[in-house]
Amino acid sequence: MSLTDAEVSKLAADLHQARQAGIAIPPLTARHPGMTMADGYRVQQELVAALTAGGERVVGYKLGLTSTPMQQLLGVDSPDFAPVLSSHLNPDGAAVSAASFIAPRVEAEIALVLREDLRGPDCTALDVAAAVTGAVAALEIVDSRIADWKIKLADTIADLASSGAVVLGPALTPAAGLDLRVLGMVLTCNGNLIATGAGAAALGNPLQAVAWLVQTLHPLGEDLRAGQFIMTGALHAAVDITAGQNYRAEFDRLGAVGLRVR
Amino acid sequence: MTGTDAAASVRELAARLVDAETKRTPIAALTTTCGPFGVGTAYEVQDAVVAARVQDGAVVAGAKLGLTSAAKQRQMHVDQPLYGWLTDHMALDVGQPLDCGRLIQPRCEPEIAFLMSRDLAGPQVTAAHVLAATAALYPAIDVLDSRFAGYSFTLPDVVADNASAAGFLLGGQATEPGGVDLRLTGLVLEKNGELVGTAAGAAVLGHPAAAVAWLVRALAGRGRGLAAGQVVIAGALTEAVPVAPGDTIVAHFDRLGTVELACRD
Repeated sequence: MSLTDAEVSKLAADLHQARQAGIAIPPLTARHPGMTMADGYRVQQELVAALTAGGERVVGYKLGLTSTPMQQLLGVDSPDFAPVLSSHLNPDGAAVSAASFIAPRVEAEIALVLREDLRGPDCTALDVAAAVTGAVAALEIVDSRIADWKIKLADTIADLASSGAVVLGPALTPAAGLDLRVLGMVLTCNGNLIATGAGAAALGNPLQAVAWLVQTLHPLGEDLRAGQFIMTGALHAAVDITAGQNYRAEFDRLGAVGLRVR
Repeated sequence: MTGTDAAASVRELAARLVDAETKRTPIAALTTTCGPFGVGTAYEVQDAVVAARVQDGAVVAGAKLGLTSAAKQRQMHVDQPLYGWLTDHMALDVGQPLDCGRLIQPRCEPEIAFLMSRDLAGPQVTAAHVLAATAALYPAIDVLDSRFAGYSFTLPDVVADNASAAGFLLGGQATEPGGVDLRLTGLVLEKNGELVGTAAGAAVLGHPAAAVAWLVRALAGRGRGLAAGQVVIAGALTEAVPVAPGDTIVAHFDRLGTVELACRD
């Protein structure tokens, strides 16, 4: 049973409040056990509308649940997505405050930047390859406004796919000739290895991940625009972050990106 | 225990392992059935196991590393890797299937292989020396087959069991080490077309050449080294994947190419 418009508005307002206050709320799906994926996106859209009305801009998109282990953890068989908002963007080497998040974790990802719009129900990885201008080393801080990450699919979708902050590397590497599937990544914390991975961890291929996003946006009447970027999904299991640490993701061919946690 | 008894004990432990492999019958961990022994003794047992194979006509073709990831070392409560020896009888060639029928409980691991261009020995060898002594790099698959039931063992057990060595396959593309940063080299592992893991070379002790350097230093402690023409498979980039007849394992490495292994009865 899908949620009423009033219920959707209430949940969006609660999440908005939780984001501003930095205080987690119980799972939305605990209040509304019948809440569907579509309901989750309705809440997300209303939350994004409220945030953009407050001055935010949509600068890109992020994909979540792009790995089989994460999908299995939530008992789902598809990824999810959310817009990335302008205030979430940080430059390479940024110092972020742990206190500005609730339960932050870091993920290393390949970000793709578009030089052409992408839309349509039949978008393929090849279409995406032709529309991408380049790839960027990226870190994402994921965070959950749902207490203790006790999320189901509809919860994380509504909560902007558990997004927190994005750090983009300094260099845009031309995509032509890159095989993103086998592109390697090494994540370190204060110089100590904490994870490795390769592009295929993101839905088999980051280009495929973007094609999924375009196909999924289509029935919602949305599309991707030239100049936007897409965070294509974590290449490893997310890592809890703590204050005082330096995280650095180094990618073969793309270079490195880092952040400090205050 | 007298020296003679200790030697007999090493021979006895080695005989049990050789027997398990020959008869394709797993045994319980030696440290549980034959009393505890240390890593030093375990390498003596390993030498005796390899010597028995050489006596049967096998030739030592190189070495392999195990427990090269921090996660594996934590799991085994150790703080260093281990090594074993590869023989020519274990070598698979490109396109040749793995005969699971000769194995107990095979598992595959994706690794980076080093073909040595010259002898390398000494207690001060580093990754830079290893790369300078490497003729070519290959994508590789390490076939494990613990002689211990259910891969249930302690560090001395697996050392004695020659690091579970059973087979190895090098891909058909050789790459010169110059210009490749193995730390960042990406890997995608597939089983029957399904993604089972991704990693980069740093998963192996921070750098696969550093793992080979550790091996050379460890060998130096026993007055040994690597010889020109020998192959070293430097340690797993991912968890080991169990295989059965009908399975196909493919490891795609950035810059190094692909290696594929089909499994049959």
